[in-house]
Amino acid sequence: MVDADIKEKLDTVEEYLINMGPQHPSTHGVLRLVVNLRGEIVKDLKPYCGYIHRGIEKMCERNTYPQIIHLTDRLDYLSAHINNEAVCLLVEGALDVEVPERAKYIRTIMAELTRLASHQLWWSVMGMDLGALTTFFYGLRDREHILDIFEENCGTRLLVSYNCPGGVMYDIKPDFQKKVKEFITYFKTKLPEYEKLLSGNVIFQQRTKGTGLLTKEEVIAYGVTGPSGRGSGFACDVRKKNPYSAYDKVQFNEIIRTEGDSLARYKVRMDEMRESMSIIEQLIDNIPEGDFATKMKPIIKLPIGEYYQRVEACRGEFGVYVESRGEKNPYRIKFRSPNFANLSALDYMSRNEKIADLVAIMSSLDLVIPDIDR
Amino acid sequence: MWLYDFAELTSKIHAGLAGSLGEGLLTTTIEMSLVGIVFLTFYAVLGLFLVYMERKVCAFFQCRLGPNRVGIFGLLQTIADFIKLLMKELITVKSADQFLFNVAPFIVIIASMLAMGALPFAKGLQAMDFDIGILYVMATSSLGVLGILLAGWSSNNKYSLIGAMRSGAQIVSYELSVGLSLMTIVVLAGTMQFSEIIAGQESAWFIFRGHVPAFIAFIVFIVASTAETNRGPFDLAEAESELTAGFHTEYSGIKFALFFLSEFMNMFLVCAIAATVFFGGWMPLHVPGLAGFNHVMDFIPPVVWFFGKTFTLIFLMMWFKWTFPRLRIDQLLTLEWKFLLPISLVNILIMALCVLNHWYF
Amino acid sequence: MNAIAEYFSDLFGGIKSLLQGMSVTGKYFIRSPKEIVTQQYPDNRDTLKMFDRFKGEVMMLHNDKNEHRCTGCGICEMNCPNGSIEVISKWEIIDEKKKKALDKHIYHLGMCTFCGLCVKTCPSKALDFGQAFEHAKYNRTEFNKILNKPGSVLTKDVKE
Repeated sequence: MVDADIKEKLDTVEEYLINMGPQHPSTHGVLRLVVNLRGEIVKDLKPYCGYIHRGIEKMCERNTYPQIIHLTDRLDYLSAHINNEAVCLLVEGALDVEVPERAKYIRTIMAELTRLASHQLWWSVMGMDLGALTTFFYGLRDREHILDIFEENCGTRLLVSYNCPGGVMYDIKPDFQKKVKEFITYFKTKLPEYEKLLSGNVIFQQRTKGTGLLTKEEVIAYGVTGPSGRGSGFACDVRKKNPYSAYDKVQFNEIIRTEGDSLARYKVRMDEMRESMSIIEQLIDNIPEGDFATKMKPIIKLPIGEYYQRVEACRGEFGVYVESRGEKNPYRIKFRSPNFANLSALDYMSRNEKIADLVAIMSSLDLVIPDIDR
Repeated sequence: MWLYDFAELTSKIHAGLAGSLGEGLLTTTIEMSLVGIVFLTFYAVLGLFLVYMERKVCAFFQCRLGPNRVGIFGLLQTIADFIKLLMKELITVKSADQFLFNVAPFIVIIASMLAMGALPFAKGLQAMDFDIGILYVMATSSLGVLGILLAGWSSNNKYSLIGAMRSGAQIVSYELSVGLSLMTIVVLAGTMQFSEIIAGQESAWFIFRGHVPAFIAFIVFIVASTAETNRGPFDLAEAESELTAGFHTEYSGIKFALFFLSEFMNMFLVCAIAATVFFGGWMPLHVPGLAGFNHVMDFIPPVVWFFGKTFTLIFLMMWFKWTFPRLRIDQLLTLEWKFLLPISLVNILIMALCVLNHWYF
Repeated sequence: MNAIAEYFSDLFGGIKSLLQGMSVTGKYFIRSPKEIVTQQYPDNRDTLKMFDRFKGEVMMLHNDKNEHRCTGCGICEMNCPNGSIEVISKWEIIDEKKKKALDKHIYHLGMCTFCGLCVKTCPSKALDFGQAFEHAKYNRTEFNKILNKPGSVLTKDVKE
């Protein structure tokens, strides 16, 4: 079913509609795009989301605060730790609970490892979408090391619910620091290979340079945050603006580029991987001793009011808004998902681009569809 | 000296048949059907082997094992795949143009089989030895584009049509570069007949004899023929991540198997032509002046040389495919018209100059 | 003149970058037997050991005397977000006092999201995660497991 307005704007002699349907190898998830093409040029684009809507916000209304956490990691599953951290920070901030230093350090290290893993997956998929199929395997092979670290410490590889209000659920294992340091040494030898294989390749550069332009005003107007926004010059890193957990104790650069095309977004993410590694290196040897969680009451009730907490997820600013009426369940919870805002800019970015570039643009935006549909 | 001349074997068979059945239509028919059966078997076995090779080579590039369950080292995997494809339902698309839809895969196969008939596998082991061999091979391999265009058009499907149009533009453009680079060697060799070309490489292969222009011609030929066969970084006609499966979206079962097979056989064909024209075909590696070395090289049978060179070039093409991202259609056409074509034109002039002044080995 | 120089520098720069990319994949091909990272799963079951925190399934710990630690308090059932645990308790007469004891601890493996709240909030540490992960069955009713084996309660526990 295509909306009537897209059909009436169609010039049936010169243009035709193509449906990049819910099942498609290059829309990463179930997203339907109805694209209005004239020859090879995209004239108009309309995304239809909602194919994976599970009613997470409604489900959270009947759950208590510790029970919401396992649902948040099913939103943007590649930044599961960070989503969990958002809800925990909201509860701790509302109740004015002091989290021990050790827990803050552990949370930050896990968040940066998640960011690394997510960017590795993004790199693999970007190469695969553009046709270089070996990048998929190289990126995933290296990501397995991080997932092994997660499995050993948190229990599961991807959908960890490791954070809980007050700290983390278990203490880290004794060889956590050693394994993380080994991984960083290993990955530092692999990043130059990634650059040689994809970034330096003349074919890749020609396919991504100058396509999918997004100016800074448009970025601010659409609310595009994260690496996609920083690729157009918008300094929006929540870790710098409102530091949380242990981010105020580390030195790192906020990567900003001004060109605004797909290649700029690509380079921002590659440099962010390096910054993540430097953050982890600064923290990994200095984890303070102490408790890994403060004791919270068994039933957590937030005082009456509205609360908002924002964190820097791998794809942008992830926000949690809670309206509480004094009970143990939130009255209304809303997740500000970064991918929803990033998707809304896709139409603007892909006007007058060729359909082959549309695939490159979508990969450079790094969309995760379950986050859009919640 | 292993340079056994297969012409003796074929003339003995011919003499035997003519002696018992007389020189007439019956003898010719029997000989032709023998050649046909040999070729069909060769085609099928080679297709199976090439698919297996592709999967294993691709797996080793990607740090994983390839097929290793069906048979030792997965050797029977392709047979299992083809049995599966044979058993699939042939979905008839009601709104497609039935005759063209069914004919398209066969045109592609026939084109590549015809071209394969002119390849020299060893001295005298050649089905047809025209005196315009190179021209014949180029002409018949160009018939394949008809099959692709028909497949895309008759599927009555937007995606297939886009894929077929792109592919048609691509193949037609790159034929120019292929032709010009082959002409460069024809200028050096002085003949278009395959057996003469190979005989001319007895002292050294053309890529060494024709130094710089031959090397440039080789590079141009490899790039252009990768594009001709819709392979490697030029495979946007069947780009899975963009347009589902391009021009063969609507085909299922044995018809899809024919498209798939013809792609691999075309790859073999162009690598075999490159091996013949640039690297000497079945002629062993001879270095002028080192008679002992040449004698040692002659002990390796010519068929082994031919297949060795061809498979090395096939490996090179697979390496291209699994390393590079895909080119967009306009970049592809830019590459041809602005880079490859001027370079090959200038190259042919340089080669002509070299030949006239005897500046070659 | 500039355009011609740019043409050739583009051409050779492009070729050089392509060759660099090929060197990366070529390196992996040549070193390929060592670089293969595939775990040949069904064949390596003997040597496969999962980490001890791995969340394979929830199970109730029993010691050698077939005793468990569950008092039937139902805190895990209250904390489970989606109702994957049902605790059915019964009244038992011990030392002439009526006490609540566990009859059946039903665990729906098919609904569990492995959030870990039941393990974390159990006051007597009766539940833990097991490392078995091969749960595929032909019949959906086999996913409704009863976690307590026919046994009895250990006396050293926290509440009641």
